[in-house]
Amino acid sequence: MAFVFMEGNEAVARGAMAAGCNFFAGYPITPATTIFNNMLQMLPPKGGTCIQGEDEIASMGYCIGASMAGKKVLTATSGPGISLYSEHISFAIGSEIPLVIANVQRLGPSTGSATRGADSDIQFMRWGSTSGAPVIVLAPKDAKDCLELTVHAFNFAEEFRCPVFIASNKEIGMTKESFDMDDLNLPPLVERTPYTGTGPYVPFAADPDKAPPFLPIGGKTLVRQTSSTHGPDGYITIDPRVIAEMQERLHTKLDAAMDRISLYEENMVPDTDTLVISYGITSRAVADAAAALTDRGRPVSTLSLKTLWPVPESLLLEKAKPFRRIVVIEMNLGQYVNEIKRVLCGKQVDFYGQMNGILIPPAKIMEAIENE
Amino acid sequence: MNSFLNTSRPPVFCPGCTHDRITKSLDAALVTLGIPDHKTVIVTDIGCSGLFDTFFNVHALHGVHGRALTYAAGLKLADPSLNVIVTMGDGGMGIGGAHVLAACRKNLDMTLIILNNFNFGMTGGQYSATTPSDAQVGSAFLNQAEIPMDICGVVESAGATYVSRISGHDDGLSDELVSAMQHKGFAVVETLGLCTGRYTKRNQLTPKVIDQMIAQRPSPGGVIAKNLRSEYGDRYRQLAQEKGKFPDPFVVKKQFDMPDARRHEVVILGSAGMRIVTAGDMVCFAGISGGLNVSIKNDYNITVLRGQSVSEILLSPDKIGYTGIESPTVVLALSDEGVARRQKIFAGLSPDTYVLKEASVAIPDTPAQVEEIDFKAIKIKKTDWALASLAVLAKHEIVLNKDMLVFALKSRFNEKVFNLSMETVEKIL
Ligand code: SF4
Repeated sequence: MAFVFMEGNEAVARGAMAAGCNFFAGYPITPATTIFNNMLQMLPPKGGTCIQGEDEIASMGYCIGASMAGKKVLTATSGPGISLYSEHISFAIGSEIPLVIANVQRLGPSTGSATRGADSDIQFMRWGSTSGAPVIVLAPKDAKDCLELTVHAFNFAEEFRCPVFIASNKEIGMTKESFDMDDLNLPPLVERTPYTGTGPYVPFAADPDKAPPFLPIGGKTLVRQTSSTHGPDGYITIDPRVIAEMQERLHTKLDAAMDRISLYEENMVPDTDTLVISYGITSRAVADAAAALTDRGRPVSTLSLKTLWPVPESLLLEKAKPFRRIVVIEMNLGQYVNEIKRVLCGKQVDFYGQMNGILIPPAKIMEAIENE
Repeated sequence: MNSFLNTSRPPVFCPGCTHDRITKSLDAALVTLGIPDHKTVIVTDIGCSGLFDTFFNVHALHGVHGRALTYAAGLKLADPSLNVIVTMGDGGMGIGGAHVLAACRKNLDMTLIILNNFNFGMTGGQYSATTPSDAQVGSAFLNQAEIPMDICGVVESAGATYVSRISGHDDGLSDELVSAMQHKGFAVVETLGLCTGRYTKRNQLTPKVIDQMIAQRPSPGGVIAKNLRSEYGDRYRQLAQEKGKFPDPFVVKKQFDMPDARRHEVVILGSAGMRIVTAGDMVCFAGISGGLNVSIKNDYNITVLRGQSVSEILLSPDKIGYTGIESPTVVLALSDEGVARRQKIFAGLSPDTYVLKEASVAIPDTPAQVEEIDFKAIKIKKTDWALASLAVLAKHEIVLNKDMLVFALKSRFNEKVFNLSMETVEKIL
């Protein structure tokens, strides 16, 4: 056994380096700052670039420019920074610019509490942009997850050419813990598909369920990128058919790969009638609660979602099917539970949430499970 | 190449718009420079100046209002060989002011052309950061309550290494753009022009009036000698190269068998400056060396030099789930501030809990076993109390033993600090 000892934020940085990240721009904000600090230590020796933007908007702008020049980019912030990222998140979604955003969530609303955790931004990450086009959101539960999921995040960003969020939490980002490096399970790296066709490069020409092949700005072939509504050629269009196709493709490229995108952990116990669904840091207390309930002779099954967006609908339907009752636990007053209720329409879905700056203790979860 | 203009996308400005002349002058300048098309990128934002990228056959990136300089910086840092040109209007300059200032201070080798036509053309002639107070604009009287800003003055004081102001109708515009692009560093060219669609409908502005404006407030003339310095990318890469080696993760192997290898919850209650966080790390290193899983959370004030400093550590033979403290097995009470922060835990401690209390610290009533130690009496400085209390734990073989503590100190400290800390440890053990 060879244990490493690091906080979730360092693990995100190490995951990024393992994924081949070579550009970071960010603006200091508690509790995400140490991702920036770590990247500043790790990128220069590897020939990468690490920049402190003049603000969050600029940091995302630097990332967008660098990504369009072919770099694999990371930025990191917390809720108040996501607010400022919003215009560029929309840009990256609509114009298919790969980037990874680590959101080390803290208690909101607004400036809220810099050093208090909460899963504040679960809906905000998904919907905090114009148009409603989708993003991918991955939720780690510990430092090891931070490392692994960051590699997945880069893979997804490259393949689907969209922003991918790491929905971390102050309680993961700033908690140092040990884990066994030998347990790490890193996926093979995926790079954005380069355009290799023989005809002229049409920057947004793609199969209806895929992201377009990529060429960098600065390469031999001229590239057009625009935040405006564009056709495959990258020029503004008002053709309703072309617009509709582009809009639909932003959804379809993710929907078509849902099975691969949907990451999760489960502990299915035979002959249980209750499935407890959670994600992120909360799923650790859920596991403790489930173990304690087993000791008490009232076992439950658990499902810990690592991919929150797009909502893994078929996974939820399949996993929830055998159960009479679903209990959802969240470190907020109910954000993701609404998605689960929507998907599992007709099932009994109970909820417990807490938004007071501290972790939900296993005892509270046991109470929620036992008090039907 | 004799033109970089995109013949399939001819300019679509209002008749008489100065942007049209600037487009042609920029094309002439690119031809003079002779850089291959794929080595130039035009970065634009919103407004009529944001149409520029479509009129040229070079790389193009069109983005959000006022943010063009940020994409440009990302591109230039990623590919230093690019000739990066940014066009923005007085609107984009205003909304993206922070980026203009940052770009001036950085001095990346890029050229910013600010097409100042004194109003927001595209949205209906509203006033901008450069609209004269006496102009008639689409924002009713609002501009009368403000004064316009001097773009060249601002960018010069912000550190731009090349600054010039020129009429968009000046025959020398193309030459001016050539020298701006040839300048190695951040070059800002402010062009003054007519928005015939909006501004000149209600205001007497002609090329002649623009010439008068420039005569009154002459161009800084290009290179700003007092601002000259290394190009940002060059300087960045030089500094980055001098930076040390990649920090590999710190790996600890199991090397000790702890007789007391059960779950522990350790709370260290201290104050800023008492090296509480360091002591917490020591407990963790020791725990890992004993084959345990560990986690640690620290609670300290944002103003780091005063107030409480509290560490909460879990050690467990099993994987750690919930990382909160539920029933502490060890509490080190080293300062009143720290104790005050966790006052509530004392009454609920178990009789098995070991509490170490420094003689000067007061703690609430507790059923736990309390050992009081007067560190001051044995001449241990306050900054070493946390470390000394770990030595006390090692003496009792609670959580860690001497070998584990020595291992932890060795892993974390250089030789000098290690020897100093061992002096403290030896006073206890
Ligand atoms: S609105 Fe003004 S700036 Fe825009 S094209 Fe017309 S004249 Fe030029």
